[in-house]
Amino acid sequence: MKNNTKKIDKYYALKHEYSGRTVVTIFGIMLILITLTMVFFLISKGSATFFQNHISLKEFLFSTEWMPGKDEAQGGPAVGALIFIIGSILISGFALLISTPFSVALAIFMTQISPAFGKKLLQPVIEIFVGIPSVVYGWIGLSVLVPFVRHQFGGLGFSLLAGSLVLSVMIFPTITSVAADALSIIPNDYKEASYALGATRWHTIRRIIFPTALPGILTGVVLGLARAFGEALAVQMVIGNTIRIPGTILDSTVNLTSIITMDMGNTAMGTTWNNALWSMALLLLIISFIFIFIIHRIGRKGSASS
Amino acid sequence: MTKFKPLLIALVLVLSLSVALVGCSSNTAQPTPAPAANSLTGSATAVGSSALQPLAEKAAEMFMAKNKDARVQVQGGGSGTGLTQVAQGGCDIGNSDVFAAEKLPADQAGTLVDHKVCVVGFATVVNPEVKVDNLTGQQLIDIFTGKIKNWKEVGGQDLSIVILNRPASSGTRATFKKYALNGAEEAAGQALTEESSGAIKKALTDTKGSISYLALSYVDSAVKTLKYDGVEPTVANITSGKYPIWSYEHMYTKGEAKGVAKAFIEYMMSSDFTSTITQMGYIPNSDMKVSRDK
Amino acid sequence: MRINPKTADKVTTVLFYLVAAGFIILLVFFVGYILYEGRVRLNLHFITSSPVFMQAGGGIAPQLFNSVYLVFLSILITVPIGLSAGIYLAEYATQNRITKAIRFCIEALASLPSIVIGLFGLLVFVSMTGWGYTLMSGALAVSILNLPVITRISEDSLRGVPKSYKEASLALGATHWQTITKVLVPVALPGLITGIVMTAGRAFGEAAALLYTAGMSSPKLDFTNWNPFSFTSPLNPFRPAETLAVYIWKVNSEGLIPDARQVADGSAAILIISVFLFNIGSRFIGRVLSSRFSGKSK
Repeated sequence: MKNNTKKIDKYYALKHEYSGRTVVTIFGIMLILITLTMVFFLISKGSATFFQNHISLKEFLFSTEWMPGKDEAQGGPAVGALIFIIGSILISGFALLISTPFSVALAIFMTQISPAFGKKLLQPVIEIFVGIPSVVYGWIGLSVLVPFVRHQFGGLGFSLLAGSLVLSVMIFPTITSVAADALSIIPNDYKEASYALGATRWHTIRRIIFPTALPGILTGVVLGLARAFGEALAVQMVIGNTIRIPGTILDSTVNLTSIITMDMGNTAMGTTWNNALWSMALLLLIISFIFIFIIHRIGRKGSASS
Repeated sequence: MTKFKPLLIALVLVLSLSVALVGCSSNTAQPTPAPAANSLTGSATAVGSSALQPLAEKAAEMFMAKNKDARVQVQGGGSGTGLTQVAQGGCDIGNSDVFAAEKLPADQAGTLVDHKVCVVGFATVVNPEVKVDNLTGQQLIDIFTGKIKNWKEVGGQDLSIVILNRPASSGTRATFKKYALNGAEEAAGQALTEESSGAIKKALTDTKGSISYLALSYVDSAVKTLKYDGVEPTVANITSGKYPIWSYEHMYTKGEAKGVAKAFIEYMMSSDFTSTITQMGYIPNSDMKVSRDK
Repeated sequence: MRINPKTADKVTTVLFYLVAAGFIILLVFFVGYILYEGRVRLNLHFITSSPVFMQAGGGIAPQLFNSVYLVFLSILITVPIGLSAGIYLAEYATQNRITKAIRFCIEALASLPSIVIGLFGLLVFVSMTGWGYTLMSGALAVSILNLPVITRISEDSLRGVPKSYKEASLALGATHWQTITKVLVPVALPGLITGIVMTAGRAFGEAAALLYTAGMSSPKLDFTNWNPFSFTSPLNPFRPAETLAVYIWKVNSEGLIPDARQVADGSAAILIISVFLFNIGSRFIGRVLSSRFSGKSK
């Protein structure tokens, strides 16, 4: 240990305080720089569709015509991305519908019903689910789920349903962990007051605990949705990638990440086709920023109301 | 308070930082070709087509066994990536399944020199349960454009047809569309699309009534090949010009090929390598009795 | 009719137990299925030999090595940055615009789809640098993926250190920085390392960000050559390096080997086992470190 009676002169302070402080501050600011660089590059690549190839934003976002290989003589390449956007929304939307009830129930179980069981057994279970690589999820989906859907529900197996089911398993750890965090910080007084009034545990969970933790739970749900929106490989392996808006949940469909992975390597940079794929990547970036914005709104509302 | 722990952490920190920095700075240490008197030295990188990748990797391995001081690196990434990179000078050789003019803008494609290293044949394939052996060109077009929807319309059993496509940007699909479908535009929103030949094969064996197309190197007993206008998709029929669904595998260089890249491309097209080409299911140029320019 | 609240309570409790049991059964099924399908290949030969060209019976040694090496490099890059940023946020940051911006960026980076990070890597680490598909490009892309996680773990574990420790150190005349490096970080170390190992485990299975950065080919490696600047050396970070997760994707898609299915099953089993090892390993290290620390500080 340093001699604490030593006089702290300028040199000493510089060596033992300011240098370290400066370094960590720089690294903190580096995070901002990395994010900005990413945003900058994606915007510059993703906006080429609109500025260089003169596709209107309206056509890109709201047209269902995806004919990027069409000759200019026949009306030029058409790069309407609406089908992919709708596909992404449907697949992740259904995944959320399937996953949320179970994930939240599990979070309640872990925090309110059996915390010991939750910590010792379920926490590791969730961590292993998180650790399973997405290609492995896709591989199981392709080998087990697709044939299962085909035999049980008919159709080809490659379907919106299969994609949503695979995603619902992949996003549950996110929802459960965030929801469990929100549930575990509820002060014990709330519960005790409720029990003292003669309420049962279920009644307490439903009337007191759940509403109090709702902002946190919603944050988890939105984060789950963000994860579902951006997942690429596992989904692509099971949805069939038919470029159309699905009529039923047993129809095959396509989403933003699938078309990017399928076409990116095969198209030359600088072509309208390739630029349109970059625009979709930019769209994914913007969407994930929107999700964060939503989470902030939820957080602000949550803290304002309590 | 223990003394060694903060020290340890500092050490780990410094160590990791320095390694990271070394890692970052050593990027400039690209292997530079040193001029030598007799033997071939230097390196070349080939990027692109995943269909050509296995053959090119094998060729690189054999080439480097012969020329100990030369390095050839083969990377995948897709035909589009290969053509872009070679046109921008990012690599020495751009591998492609299609002619450069089909992917690149004309001004960029013009700077590239084409080396047709081999030929690859494609077969119309169906799920083994389909009881059809032959399709005419017109029937094939009608199937892929969605006019024919059931196998019984072309002499098979009562089973609906499921089309499995490769992505629109794939070279295999472009070739099939050009030579088998006569350029007919596929009906939108009907076909399942699989990213790769392996995925097509898996989906084809699993899906009843399915039809697709595969390079001959991927065809095995798990799938059933169909005759095209009565002609079997065999190597003999392709080389003699009877069977039209085939394409070249290209290696593009920016300007004339030089140094290791030149030697490597020459090796791939030399008689030393033809047996390997045949063994892997491709067709050597020297066997072809017909040729194409675009 | 109104259900008796006691009955409702019992019914829902049973339901909650069922949900919890369901998740455990699902995991057992997942892991059991993968291990069962991959059982044929779970042997030493599979993980120590190279793939054989277009022939059955090849192994996954280069891919496994690439995965480990790539994760190692990315951790080397991420930890100094993430830990420093974590220190800044936990100890120095005041409520100002910069802090707010940093926090926003962490959230933004954390929620970015890995494919977007992969594409950014393609643009910057692959094309602009002129490296091509290299292990280093992949490691950098994975580092971006890990950075927000490591930063958050660092901040959380530093904040978890009891206030009294810090106050004692400051009272003894140590500067804030000295307190951080000599008191806070060592105390937070077990939590930090657990978090880092877990993050490494996740990076181990990453594929989408690597397809476009580390590439889908693995040149022949000479495992006797350990000169990092040599071309065939496994240690050379500037070579294309397919990882295990990417290999599963490739074998499934471009599989020209006759036993593609078995290789994919075997690789998936190895990946799952690695996930277990990382998980158990992180807990074990965390426990050992914290018990050593608390044992010595008495």
